[in-house]
Amino acid sequence: MQNESGKLMTGAEILLECLSREGVDCFFGYPGGVTLPFYDALYDHHIRHILVRHEENAVFMAEGYARSTGKVGVCCATSGPGATNLITGLVDALMDSIPLVAITGQVHSKLIGSDAFQEADTFGITRPATKHNFMVKSVKELPQIVHEAFYIAASGRPGPVLIDIPKDVFQERGHYVPVDTIHLPGYKVFTEGHAGQIRRAAQLIWEAERPFVYAGGGIVLGNASAELTELVERGDFPAVCTLMGLGGLSSSHPNFISMPGMHGSYAANMGMTDCDLLIALGTRFDDRVTGQLSAFAKHARVIHVDIDPAEIGKNRTPDIPIVGDVKYVLQKLNKVMQELEPEFGQKKAEARRKWWSQIRAWKEEHPYDRSHDTDQIKPQHLMDEIDRLSGGQAIVASDVGQHQMWAAQLIRFNEPRLWINSGGLGAMGFGLPAAIGAQMARPDKLVFAICGDGGFQMAIPEFATVVNQGLPIKIIVMNNGCLGMIRQWQELFYNNRLSSCDMRSGFPDAEKLAAAYGFKGRTIDQPWQLASALEEAINEPGPYFLNVKVTPTENVYPMVPAGGAINEMVLGPVQPVTV
Amino acid sequence: MLQTISLLLENKPGALLRVTGLLSARGYNIESLTVAKTLDSELSRMTIVVDVEERLRIQVIKQMNKLVNVLQATDLTDASAVIREMVLLRVRCTQDSRTSILKEAEIFHARVVDSSVEGFAIEATGEPEKLDEFIDVMGSYGETEITRSGAAAMSLESKKLRLQPPVPAPALAPAI
Repeated sequence: MQNESGKLMTGAEILLECLSREGVDCFFGYPGGVTLPFYDALYDHHIRHILVRHEENAVFMAEGYARSTGKVGVCCATSGPGATNLITGLVDALMDSIPLVAITGQVHSKLIGSDAFQEADTFGITRPATKHNFMVKSVKELPQIVHEAFYIAASGRPGPVLIDIPKDVFQERGHYVPVDTIHLPGYKVFTEGHAGQIRRAAQLIWEAERPFVYAGGGIVLGNASAELTELVERGDFPAVCTLMGLGGLSSSHPNFISMPGMHGSYAANMGMTDCDLLIALGTRFDDRVTGQLSAFAKHARVIHVDIDPAEIGKNRTPDIPIVGDVKYVLQKLNKVMQELEPEFGQKKAEARRKWWSQIRAWKEEHPYDRSHDTDQIKPQHLMDEIDRLSGGQAIVASDVGQHQMWAAQLIRFNEPRLWINSGGLGAMGFGLPAAIGAQMARPDKLVFAICGDGGFQMAIPEFATVVNQGLPIKIIVMNNGCLGMIRQWQELFYNNRLSSCDMRSGFPDAEKLAAAYGFKGRTIDQPWQLASALEEAINEPGPYFLNVKVTPTENVYPMVPAGGAINEMVLGPVQPVTV
Repeated sequence: MLQTISLLLENKPGALLRVTGLLSARGYNIESLTVAKTLDSELSRMTIVVDVEERLRIQVIKQMNKLVNVLQATDLTDASAVIREMVLLRVRCTQDSRTSILKEAEIFHARVVDSSVEGFAIEATGEPEKLDEFIDVMGSYGETEITRSGAAAMSLESKKLRLQPPVPAPALAPAI
């Protein structure tokens, strides 16, 4: 069904044309044998290609790009090892619902299934790692597939989509006819929430004595920050943002309580436990948030708004389920709330005042530990200083572990898309490449990559990308000389048998490492050095690597032991009992 | 417990794997699976019988409906539906039991599709439980061998098919 009127182009050229139509300005990748025809076409094209040092980091960078902008991130790898190196990042994007399009080369169609050089069943391997995937059979179907891939990645609940393209499809010539419509009859996108349910929800919210807003990553992904703020302010509701939702409601907002869950604040977890109405928005009742499900928000009725019908009732059966785009649903909800305000607004005012004073009491009773020390830099001190310098404005891309939790607890995010972390998958090595993607997308922003000494060492090769792209990223390593979260669990739950968590030996000299890549680096270990060293890093026009040696034994609190109820937090180190 | 699911899906490579992968990823064992094209040759109708915990039945259907290639997944376990299966059965028998076997086959509305000195090949269709009985009965006459098709189901209620309308593709490359 080839339209002979179209322009004769190779598959590689058609792919670039389609990427261009999708508004792609840059993408991250690594070339290989079967993608050579594509890289050849790229040579003359305006789209920027960022040459990474490992394909896994190409996905993480595309994620950083997508997470910091909301645009679809794009990455590219060759067949076989290139494609298999993408898997971690694809699953990461799937878990956190990040819009991505990954392009992989495949061996020549005629060789597929013959165990050809650098052949892997990418289509099969990536099926459970993506929202959807495609294998292109001929150049004729290429444009349609590319646009379908972008549409699927960005619409509904976003996610990664992979397109596997055999070498001969890149080379084959075809008449390119622009695609005008995308038709995926089986792909269901739910936008509008049920009007009746929204009205019932509004009523329930006004009638609640102890309402509590539980806002998730959907608020950030769905650009519903303004709508959430309006809801919270209309009824003066207390609100928490999950690890994925930080910045959805400004951390500086008076109604913002903190993050709930395993390392959430005392007030957030007590509020979740004692509320009589939980307003769950764009969130999935993750086990790290709910703890023991049977004890979670036991006395509360639940309103659950989510774009993915499969999330409704998956872990907690809601009283009012609303399937829809959280932005549209909140717009409608806010309208109905306003309508009902004269009638209901003041009815429960007295009970709510009591609720707020209870929450304030919880906040004062057990705030986050922000204590500083005089002879050692405490991790909390480091995060506090970063928070001071950021003022809620900087992009913070975090790796995975203790530092991630302290950063999430103590650094403010006054807007969405500033806090970038691997939430669902918890992929170490994410921080630096994600920061690179974010800085590429938002060159005007101050970008911190906050890593532990473990995850950082998974990402060192990308120093080259930082330098090549001239990115002024501030790479901060919270160096406690161990895999801190592993040590914390071994200490608390494995009789302090510290198995394979010591990272002290082998860590490179920060100054020399950075110098080897051509930028500045420094190690500090004294509290008095911290503020000035961070300021020096920020004032440096180029990248800066700051290795901060912190108290090696510090643990993250509060902590809900795995499987425990979230109101039963361990609030600090257990004091040894002396007899 | 056993759950019977009927799916309407696009007849595309990988579509079957997406459905079965969803089940195997959760450790569910598929009891039977039948699939063939529909009146519209671009679509297939699939019937899966799978062992799923009762409380997860709805979740499984929702996850299947999320698949891009799946137009509709319906739980027929407690719904009004016809469920049929076919079995091809070979029975080795002695001369004196041949007449009895034919009589039994008639009771089950089964059809002899091959006859030899060693015995018969018989085709039977019916509800899966009925076929279990048929297979038991035939087993009493001698050595048997069977091939079952797996359940094919059809809902007796017409359920509205919600299809996503086409959307426009991005119009033009932005000016550089």
